[in-house]
Amino acid sequence: MRRRIPLIITFIIGVVLITGYFVTRGPFNTLYESFSDYFAIITVFAFILGGGSLLKIHLKRVSSRAADWPYSVVTLVAFLVTLVIGLFKVGNPGGMGGEILASGSWLRFMFDGVYNPLSATMFSLLAFFVASASYRAFRARTKEATILLSAAMVILLGRTPVGAWLTAWMPESLAFLELPNLANWIMAWPNTAGQRAIMIGIALGVIATSLRIILGIERNYLGRGE
Amino acid sequence: MDVTLMLWIDAALTLMILSFLYRDNPFYKFAEHLFVGVSAAYLMAVGFWDHLVPNLLGKLFPALMSGVVPGAVGRSPDYYYIIPAVFGLLLLTRLVDRWAWLSRWALAFIVGGAAGFNLPRFLDSDFIIQVQSTMIPLVVLDASGNLIWGASFSHIVLVLGVICGLVYFFFSVEHKGVLGHVSRAGIWVLMVTFGAAFGYTVMARISLLTGRMEALGAWLGSIF
Repeated sequence: MRRRIPLIITFIIGVVLITGYFVTRGPFNTLYESFSDYFAIITVFAFILGGGSLLKIHLKRVSSRAADWPYSVVTLVAFLVTLVIGLFKVGNPGGMGGEILASGSWLRFMFDGVYNPLSATMFSLLAFFVASASYRAFRARTKEATILLSAAMVILLGRTPVGAWLTAWMPESLAFLELPNLANWIMAWPNTAGQRAIMIGIALGVIATSLRIILGIERNYLGRGE
Repeated sequence: MDVTLMLWIDAALTLMILSFLYRDNPFYKFAEHLFVGVSAAYLMAVGFWDHLVPNLLGKLFPALMSGVVPGAVGRSPDYYYIIPAVFGLLLLTRLVDRWAWLSRWALAFIVGGAAGFNLPRFLDSDFIIQVQSTMIPLVVLDASGNLIWGASFSHIVLVLGVICGLVYFFFSVEHKGVLGHVSRAGIWVLMVTFGAAFGYTVMARISLLTGRMEALGAWLGSIF
């Protein structure tokens, strides 16, 4: 029962959704619409599960005084304070009926004052690591690394005013070699070719995996044991 | 909220994260853990108000939710929505070791739903349409029948690029001989694609960094 029922659920949901995609009338379409709604709702519960899991892990770390446990207190306090502010719309000018991110609300402050600067700075750190990765790739001196970095440089320079300025001296007959034009050509043709090959490959992989899941051949998502 | 206070918090958090460039330190760890807590709760709160309240609670308890869900006024309850509520609650049993196996039922709904949605959508948009878009003439002529060299070259690059890229992903045959050469060309095409993506990523990250530097500049400007 612990493994068979989930397999039956997966099969029914998968078959109904695939059929509902092609049969746009009658009960299959109704079920397709309903299951789409249910699917969206259940996936939101995954956020709640994520929050619960975060609480569980950090409470365990605090109670067992694990290494760096004071930082877990920071996570717990930040999580609980933001959650209370968000769920009860604390400081929201429109009260419980107001927009969740209404201007002037405390959650808006958390978003603009804490979440935004933290996420933007976290991601901007990558600029430094990317620079070091490029340096290492240059040192590798393989043909593939050279192609990758040459394409990246053309795109980087071609999409900025400095690229246009650098190649503005070129005669009209060689205009296609100007960096902005070269960048546009790379984006439109070789880049599209590579993207398309990847997309077709992924599509075939997704189709095969979806079929394996629906037919119960692929069961890894159920985990091990009973 | 006070603008000066916002500037100070913004600057302090930015500097804490940037301090990681020197090495891992308590300030960075503090900001990192703060980020985890705030972002998890933020996503939960937004998910609750934007999805659960209008799509689940508003359908099950329209009278109770009439103050927060505009369309719920005068609507009768839709009891079919007990199904996703039960599955959602089953998902949460994963937090209790003894009952964790029940979460498989909800997970089965999610996995089956994802498989059922993705199969026809990927077949249509990422396979059929992409193959169809690659079926283009290799020789491009203008209205008077003259060859357009540039457009023809671009079309050949596209078609051969897609074929070579696909051959690289074809693992059923060993990449030797002609197939090996074609597969090698496929790698080069993929490298151009990764290079373009790399270039855009670098630009996006530098743009974010510029934004952070501007924020720090605004903070310094408020002091001096």
